[in-house]
Amino acid sequence: MSRESALVTADWVQEHLGDDTIVLVEVDEDTSAYDKGHIAGAVKLDWKEDLQDPVRRDFVDRDQFGALLSERGISNDDTVVLYGGNNNWFAAYAYWYFKLYGHDSVKLLDGGRKKWELDSRELVDEPVTREQSGYTAKDQDTSIRAFRDEVVAAIGSQNLIDVRSPDEFAGRLLAPAHLPQEQAQRGGHIPTAGNVPWSKAANDDGTFRSDAELEQLYADAGLDTGRDTIAYCRIGERSSHTWFVLHEILELPRVKNYDGSWTEYGSLIGVPVAVGDEPGTV
Amino acid sequence: MCGATRGGPSLEDIDISKEAIIQGIVVKGSEPVGNAYVRLLDATGEFTAEVPTSATGQFRFFAGPGRWTLRTMAPRVEFADRAVVAQRGSVAEVTVAA
Repeated sequence: MSRESALVTADWVQEHLGDDTIVLVEVDEDTSAYDKGHIAGAVKLDWKEDLQDPVRRDFVDRDQFGALLSERGISNDDTVVLYGGNNNWFAAYAYWYFKLYGHDSVKLLDGGRKKWELDSRELVDEPVTREQSGYTAKDQDTSIRAFRDEVVAAIGSQNLIDVRSPDEFAGRLLAPAHLPQEQAQRGGHIPTAGNVPWSKAANDDGTFRSDAELEQLYADAGLDTGRDTIAYCRIGERSSHTWFVLHEILELPRVKNYDGSWTEYGSLIGVPVAVGDEPGTV
Repeated sequence: MCGATRGGPSLEDIDISKEAIIQGIVVKGSEPVGNAYVRLLDATGEFTAEVPTSATGQFRFFAGPGRWTLRTMAPRVEFADRAVVAQRGSVAEVTVAA
């Protein structure tokens, strides 16, 4: 992938409204945002109701994902353009999720819903229905998904990037500041992880910074491009944003998102934890 | 939206004693701004969180104790910064002009 193939601008989306080979999909943390107004023709995915298994703590499986996209009228050969609030956190998460299940053509609207709104572009509240499709998902591509044991094994040997805010990294906050402070049993971070908050990769309007700025950002943080990389946050959505930057925009080949993230790691028994502003040691 | 409740959203069901809350309303003139974004920056200017305002212009953060900056972003206006102090067990109510 590359910036040109993975990202589209608001102008591009505006010009392609009504193009029936393109499906706009809104994914928000605030799942009521879509109902109040969305880009014309966009369908909604609920990151929790639609993408999480209702019983086990995991994603919906391949067949469930296929059934979900079929029900939303998305076909295997459609180009899916994702956008959402929170600077595209959950849209980036859905992008990674579509890639996990092998969707070929998926793109992210640069700046997401915020950029669209700050540009005063039109949002509509008409319901959108699309004809049922016969979507077939592929097996998960676990080359982009990290699990807890490989994260523990990566301490001291791979790039670990904690993309939460400095206060969450240090253990002073347990969750982003727009959410109640609960979740993991312990605060802190995975030892040796560098703290590169996702927000440093974005401009105020939610668009991604330039390639040169992004390369400098991770070089300054000591990212060794010769090593594999695992990004994590609290529940895996902000780290999808950083995974997108590293894997899709900067085209680093071996980058995984740890969706268990701090809610899982910070509740594990027996694993090392570092607190404070420094990465810590093995 | 006329007749909107002043101040931040309802605190019902929230245990204020455990939280350092910053909340309030974004207004333009006397009217709430329902399509603004409010960003919370820490004492070093680092991004900490961001929320869209509600239809009634309201927003809320669960911050830590200390000094913070609120940055308000709304269509067709300059982004504006406002300093605020949060304390655990209390609610900092802020009215921000867009």
